[in-house]
Amino acid sequence: MNQPTAAKSIWKVIAASSVGTLIEWYDFYIFGSLATVIADQFFPKVNPTAALLSTLGTFAAGFIVRPFGALVFGRLGDLIGRKYTFLLTLILMGGSTFAIGLVPGYASIGFAAPLIVLLLRLLQGLALGGEYGGAATYVAEHSPPHKRGYYTSWIQTTATLGLFLSLGVILITRHMLDADPAESVRKFNDWGWRIPFWLSIILVGVSVYIRLKMKESPLFSRIKAEGKISVNPLKESFGHKTNLKMVLLALFGATMGQGVVWYTGQFYAQSFIETVCRISFDQSRTMLLWGILFATPFFIVFGSWSDRIGRKWIMLAGMLLAIGTYHIIFNQFQTLSDPTARTEVTDKRKVLKTTTTPVADNSRQLVRTTISEVHFTDGAVFKETRTDTVQTGNATASFSAAKITWHDKQLDTSSYWKFVLLIFVLVLYVTMVYGPIAAFLVELFPTRIRYTSMSLPYHIGNGVFGGLTPFIALLLTTIYVDDKLSGLWYPIIVAGVCAVIGAVYISNRIDPDVND
Amino acid sequence: MNALKKWLGIVWILLGPVAIYFLIKTAAAEIARNPVIDTKIQWGVFVVIFIPIALGISIFGYYAWKGEYEHLPENSAEIPDSEH
Repeated sequence: MNQPTAAKSIWKVIAASSVGTLIEWYDFYIFGSLATVIADQFFPKVNPTAALLSTLGTFAAGFIVRPFGALVFGRLGDLIGRKYTFLLTLILMGGSTFAIGLVPGYASIGFAAPLIVLLLRLLQGLALGGEYGGAATYVAEHSPPHKRGYYTSWIQTTATLGLFLSLGVILITRHMLDADPAESVRKFNDWGWRIPFWLSIILVGVSVYIRLKMKESPLFSRIKAEGKISVNPLKESFGHKTNLKMVLLALFGATMGQGVVWYTGQFYAQSFIETVCRISFDQSRTMLLWGILFATPFFIVFGSWSDRIGRKWIMLAGMLLAIGTYHIIFNQFQTLSDPTARTEVTDKRKVLKTTTTPVADNSRQLVRTTISEVHFTDGAVFKETRTDTVQTGNATASFSAAKITWHDKQLDTSSYWKFVLLIFVLVLYVTMVYGPIAAFLVELFPTRIRYTSMSLPYHIGNGVFGGLTPFIALLLTTIYVDDKLSGLWYPIIVAGVCAVIGAVYISNRIDPDVND
Repeated sequence: MNALKKWLGIVWILLGPVAIYFLIKTAAAEIARNPVIDTKIQWGVFVVIFIPIALGISIFGYYAWKGEYEHLPENSAEIPDSEH
């Protein structure tokens, strides 16, 4: 096969693989992007933090089963071929995503609701575990060594673009359900959140059509033939010393750190901005969209650059920059959204709602809750909830210092774009650690052990270490309650250990021939 | 560099049990502080998932100490037939 033909075939494989992979990432991420809405629908409303944790736990469950999906579908790929296994994972993912959109809420069917959602989430995780890896390694194996990073980086963009698509669909749906914006949001929170899940079946249908139309070319037939390597992938990965030592090296020296940087820079950043900084739903999503949009081309840049200078140091640089700047960046998120650093325009203060509730054991006292819209000189508009206690018949006196919380913050233009810049930097780190990693993993594992062993460190690093990042980080803030940044210690410590192991034990060599 | 790989192996061998100790200690403290089913499930899942991984880093350290990472296999010919 001459070089131009090979190049044309690779672009076809990249295109067909990327479409399906992107849609599977979309399916997986709409769940995480709607975590607060899902918490409200499927978990008891008594304790919002517990509900959010339960939701994130369900979200995390999908990540934890990914390595098992890699084993199950890796084995299936050996039996029925890669093409039909990819179709199966796509249908499984699309079907379970669509089904999540149909499950009645906790108010209707009680605890059956979160249990069904958990089961469907596990199916999503299994499907995703079987999806990624096959296409990326195939492209890496059939790329010339000086372009391996460049070609595979196109597939590496799909995870972030899937997140981008999920955020975009959610935002558009949230605003199109009614002419009145507030009513549209209310409808979205009530039932409209299901629409992005239902949309998945259409997107998956398109992707299935594309993959079905791809003929089993000699290149794909070769995947099928090369797929027959492992009779017992679990035994091979963990029972043979060479496999096991390379799996452990790939996990602790690369994918563990890459996973936490990936999920901190995108998912934890989104969660932090929404739940700690209390930025409004729309702004917290649009600033992430802008950050992703500006940073995504750098997957290609760093993937391509890794072809010239090697993969290792770009990935480690991403981890080290992340470790060194996470506290600075997230602290800056808090500073930029801090109302006490702003000057109020008192004339524009508007009381939106006042409620008074009797204190349970004291009929002469009332708890007064006042929600106000507060305008600041820089153009920011925040909502303030003030809670105090008043004596009956004396609405202006206050017995307790008012408790003030801020929420639904609409930032001024300058602060908004500073947020975008900071998110861009976080996603830039993601492109550094993730852009070269497909090519890196293929080069690390000789052909003989690659298919059985390569996907495991990838899915453990990303599924377990990375996927649990928002969950563990939030949990840390419930233990160390005085430090809103305590959650960052998890990715910092994990990436730090990974960077040391990677620096000492991993080679920067670019393999001239990965098919030996 | 090979000496550094070898001696760092001891660090990784010890990191495993240290991580397990802190994980179980934190889990026990959190469950004692808030003994509801949600807390028990969450920390139970963490313990079940991360203990094998912590054992994995000890195994990694053992291989490092034994010099297994002094040379990484560069092609399939370097994989012993006895392993396949």
